[in-house]
Amino acid sequence: MTNDILVFVEQRDDRVHPAGLQCLTPARELAGKTGGQVVACLIGEGIDQATAALEQAGPDRILIVRDPALKDYSALRYRTALAAAVEHCDPKVLLLPASFMGRDLAPRVAMRTGAALATDVIELTLTDDGALDVVRPLYNGKATCHVTFPADRLAIASVRPNTFAAPTGGSAAQKEEIPYAPAPGDDRITVKEVAKTGGDIKDVTEADIIVSGGRALKSEENFKIIYDLARVLDAAVGASRAACDAGYQPHSRQVGLTGKTVTPKLYIACGISGAIQHLAGMRGSKTIVAINTDPEAPMFKVADYGIVDDLFKVVPALTEEVRKLEL
Amino acid sequence: MKILVVVKQVPDSTTNIKIRPDGEDIERDGVKMVLDPFDEFAIEQAVQLKEKRSDVESVTVLIVGPQKAAEALRTTLAVGADDAIHLLDEAFDTLDELQTAALIAAVVRDGGYDLVLRGKQEIDLDSGQLGPALAEALDWPHVGAVTRLEVAADGKSLAASRRIEGAEERVEVALPALITCEKGLCEMRYPSLPNLMKAKKKPVKTLAAADVPGFAEVIGRVGGARMHRFAPPPERPPGKILEGETAETVKELVRLLREEAKAI
Ligand SMILES: Cc1cc2nc3c(=O)[nH]c(=O)nc-3n(C[C@H](O)[C@H](O)[C@H](O)COP(=O)(O)OP(=O)(O)OC[C@H]3O[C@@H](n4cnc5c(N)ncnc54)[C@H](O)[C@@H]3O)c2cc1C
Ligand SMILES: Nc1ncnc2c1ncn2[C@@H]1O[C@H](COP(=O)(O)O)[C@@H](O)[C@H]1O
Repeated sequence: MTNDILVFVEQRDDRVHPAGLQCLTPARELAGKTGGQVVACLIGEGIDQATAALEQAGPDRILIVRDPALKDYSALRYRTALAAAVEHCDPKVLLLPASFMGRDLAPRVAMRTGAALATDVIELTLTDDGALDVVRPLYNGKATCHVTFPADRLAIASVRPNTFAAPTGGSAAQKEEIPYAPAPGDDRITVKEVAKTGGDIKDVTEADIIVSGGRALKSEENFKIIYDLARVLDAAVGASRAACDAGYQPHSRQVGLTGKTVTPKLYIACGISGAIQHLAGMRGSKTIVAINTDPEAPMFKVADYGIVDDLFKVVPALTEEVRKLEL
Repeated sequence: MKILVVVKQVPDSTTNIKIRPDGEDIERDGVKMVLDPFDEFAIEQAVQLKEKRSDVESVTVLIVGPQKAAEALRTTLAVGADDAIHLLDEAFDTLDELQTAALIAAVVRDGGYDLVLRGKQEIDLDSGQLGPALAEALDWPHVGAVTRLEVAADGKSLAASRRIEGAEERVEVALPALITCEKGLCEMRYPSLPNLMKAKKKPVKTLAAADVPGFAEVIGRVGGARMHRFAPPPERPPGKILEGETAETVKELVRLLREEAKAI
């Protein structure tokens, strides 16, 4: 085992996932302690722009696994490719973003390489014995715990998006291509279609800002004011389960226990009471704004800023005010 | 076709979570335990497949957990599973999720299953490791967080849809395969009282560590991450409530978001 820290930097359509770049920050810190290098791994097809973007974030080395068969994400092909990268550089720690892909892939790679794994971590350090020790939230954000890894095997951690800022100011890194050698049966998953959803509005899992609406919106049409605010902020639109169950928004926008877990820089909750199951999906957000007519709404307990007022007045006014900033 | 549903018993989502004084775990006494809400989709989907297709031989449910976990098994049997496997041993309590997946793989590998269903994530550990890890241990394909599932007429493959970031993905997978289930796939039917009574008579096979050949070796190959020092979530400092006319509060909010929070 080397002292290197390997980072899987996810890309789709030649665009790196910000959460992948963010992993390079804790990786650099760990490498400072182990005395190893930060090695980034890109998997895909025709990933030149992704490679260039990755270089800006300053890894010491880049491993590229490039193959037409790796164009779309497949749990089987990607686990084979990433396990090959692990074997090639024999790192002490592998970090992945706790994105959709990272969460899907990490357990497979851990099982395949005989590693230990912790998911969705928010702090990473090395113990005095040189073992990885991380902190992660659990019980829908109602608790946290430390996870300590065995020192003698690969430690894999997926890192919660927006916990760290991506590093900048890197230049050229040493690049190496490693071949994708399909494992038997890697072709058992075929991607038939990837259909973009949501038009010009981002998905909640990939936005820095989320404007979310609840039951108080009362109809799909009324969500227009939420979308207007989201557009001026370049934000995604989220919704409570009550709003989704009522058909105001598709379930793909649901935030919470049975929806998506999000950790944006800014979460604006409009007419959402703040039920424990909703908080489960968004209490990790950096800054939370609550807009609600009921001063007793639990959302105000987690909010950094609150306005006790009618959202139908506040949200359009907020849109106008933000528009003046010309972001 | 034989279907296996792997489930977990977890604290109810509305439960207050208290940390044990030694910080090594949460307080478990008096906590209301339920079938994981994502596993509800898995069992319902399995039962619906059995009802719709003549080639589905059986739906078996498997759980790893203490004696109390038998209650969750009973719920699944009342909803329509045929039989159950309960992996019950104190030695299982300290396994991490990868080791648990390795254990389950060792138990079911030769069971002749064609399809394994599981919730996309447990609402206690919140990790979602078990499904993909179990698929890897079996060297099967898996599709995570599925919202639509259709098994081909010939029973040799399945088509699944899922929502990935900003897109809807449709994949085809050869069986045997493992699926983890997302909300929207289906809603679990209500287990009626008569069915809960009937469920008591359905066969539950209990297995201990001694019943798993090479147990120590199976779980020694992977994992070993140790959870400790549990704590309540970091306190958020009390928020600022902005008061006054809408025009003023909105102006002030934008100023604070820009200058104080640096969020926009
Ligand atoms: C197992 C389980 C899983 C669940 N999973 C989720 C989940 O993933 N996500 C989720 O969101 N919920 C989930 N729930 C449901 C959750 O318990 C709540 O029912 C839901 O979050 C309520 O949505 P809401 O806040 O939009 O509606 P309500 O609770 O009805 O709140 C509406 C709020 O809007 C305010 N309001 C009304 N009019 C206005 C106005 N004009 N201006 C400003 N404010 C106004 C009201 O004061 C109120 O606070 C789950 C529940 C269970 C049991
Ligand atoms: N315009 C409003 N102003 C203040 N409170 C409201 C308003 N609309 C709904 N509420 C409250 O929000 C909660 C949920 O409302 P409803 O939209 O009726 O489900 C109830 O407690 C209502 O009293």
